Amino acid sequence: MSAISREDVAHLAALARIDLSPAELDRLAGQLDVILGAVATVQQVAGSGVPATSHPMPLTNVARPDIPRPGLGAADALAGAPEAQQQRFRVPRILEED
Amino acid sequence: MNGSTANGAATHGAATAGSAELTRCTATELAALLAVREVSSAEVTQAHLDRIATVDGARDGSGLAVGGGVHAFLHVAAEQALAQARAVDGARAAGERLPALAGVPIAVKDVMATRGMPTTCGSRILAGWEPPYDATVVRRLRDAQLVILGKTNMDEFAMGSSTEHSAFGPTRNPWDTARIPGGSGGGSAAALAAFETPLATGTDTGGSIRQPAAVTGTVGVKPTYGGVSRYGLVALASSLDQAGPCARTVLDAALLHEVMAGHDPQDSTSLTDPVPGVVAAARSGDVSGVRIGVVRELYGEGESSGYQPGVRARFDEAVEALVDAGAKVVEVSCPSFTAALAAYYLILPSEASSNLARFDAMRYGLRVYPDGVADPTAEQVMAATRAAGFGDEVKRRIILGTYALSSGYYDAYYGSAQKVRTLVQRDFAAAFEQADVLLSPTAPTTAFPLGDKLDDPLAMYLNDVATIPANLAGIPGMSLPSGLAGEDGLPAGLQALAPAGADDRLYRVGAVAERLLTRRWGGPLLDRVPALPAAQPTTRA
Repeated sequence: MSAISREDVAHLAALARIDLSPAELDRLAGQLDVILGAVATVQQVAGSGVPATSHPMPLTNVARPDIPRPGLGAADALAGAPEAQQQRFRVPRILEED
Repeated sequence: MNGSTANGAATHGAATAGSAELTRCTATELAALLAVREVSSAEVTQAHLDRIATVDGARDGSGLAVGGGVHAFLHVAAEQALAQARAVDGARAAGERLPALAGVPIAVKDVMATRGMPTTCGSRILAGWEPPYDATVVRRLRDAQLVILGKTNMDEFAMGSSTEHSAFGPTRNPWDTARIPGGSGGGSAAALAAFETPLATGTDTGGSIRQPAAVTGTVGVKPTYGGVSRYGLVALASSLDQAGPCARTVLDAALLHEVMAGHDPQDSTSLTDPVPGVVAAARSGDVSGVRIGVVRELYGEGESSGYQPGVRARFDEAVEALVDAGAKVVEVSCPSFTAALAAYYLILPSEASSNLARFDAMRYGLRVYPDGVADPTAEQVMAATRAAGFGDEVKRRIILGTYALSSGYYDAYYGSAQKVRTLVQRDFAAAFEQADVLLSPTAPTTAFPLGDKLDDPLAMYLNDVATIPANLAGIPGMSLPSGLAGEDGLPAGLQALAPAGADDRLYRVGAVAERLLTRRWGGPLLDRVPALPAAQPTTRA
């Protein structure tokens, strides 16, 4: 079926926020091409009349009464933080420009 | 050099000859001894900690396995376990009525959040992370007063069939330490087969409880989807994941199943139906009139199937034994199953790519700054962290999932796979009109050597060909030992499948098969595990 190129893998890696080395890009492109070739068979199996199943159990809109209750406290929530400051997660800058 | 740990009982003041015997007991036997106070939970716990110290081997400061040993455990919580054990002993001495398994040790797969203990999911990206909460399953274990020995090794984020994708080194199969223990839950299965614990928990997304059980000669069950809470299970594929019991016997698994299962308001996919009567079913001892369906597409006929003849031979004998006990056999066909593996390896990576996006270096886990970048953005830190923190298999599946979900490919790949899923459910429904339980070999082969399939992801995925359909459909499945394959003397598994909500049928049939086969073997299969050498002693806390 469709070949997946090194450029494709680089684009996908950017979408998935993973820095891949050139060697990894090459290796993954080859491996994914083989895997995609194998899994692409799903396209031939089900006719257009078959509905998709996303979830094995027929559950919908499971809700609970809107009553507030205690959640995770700030200390617990920040316990694993790489960096914390003033009860917040300190993160690298999220804007491209100053 | 390891004399003190090889005879560890003597150094800890516990019952001496009894200590080694305690680790050979089933959970049911231990519960009986504890109930009449013939042993204390502290003795039982110490005996298992000694066993772990003797055979499991050491890890370095970063958690990586070093030297010889089974390496089933990533973390051993000796002090916490002994404290729990003493608390149970105190309660029992005070005359309190305790749950059935109170004081019995258990190991927990490292994918489940455990407060006060690390939860790494076998990944560097969570190395040393301690969750601020317990998974619901873990809370149920604590409420049942089981003694948690520690966390077991696994393929990273539960992606794998051999436990070789753990960032902390593989676990070894106690039957042959040059071979894999299965995956992703190889740590739990190996710990059972090495008599390091009588009980363990696992999670099963495509066979990660059942296939390790098959290749280690132990019992593992994937309950009906929704039967056990997923709250606190680090998610791999939310529509496929299910936690379940791992043990050396069917009855032990049933007892643990009833502890773990039940509705959880914190998991919106949790079923409100009552837990099936699995313990009663395991004790019922009767399969007369039960209709057994052998699924043609999972049977592995012919050379090209990749099924080992000795695995099929043991399966055939198990089916014959059940027929002799009064069951009826019928062959069923589920044509969509030939596409199930492909559908799974599209659905799983798609869901995983979404679920693993949360490991972004912002709120928990590893944070790595990119080399040579003066003032990196959050995205650059995310990308550097995920590159450093994820292993090859995880990266492979995330990229595959990102592709399958991307614009232009979504319908062809993910959408088509969803349709195959519908057909798999329909085929099971049709099969269950002809049969009460479906049987197949659990996995095509016995345990393969470490390293054999690492260069060929597709070959690795084929280990799951018989286990995957149950996850796609949400139905329960069990693996129990069918015997040792003639070619290599290694364990093979018998897989039983039942309709959603009918988990008890697995235990009814499984317990009878276990009894018949054990009689044929002249004793439990695990009596034949070779004696493990004393590994390097470890000084884990």
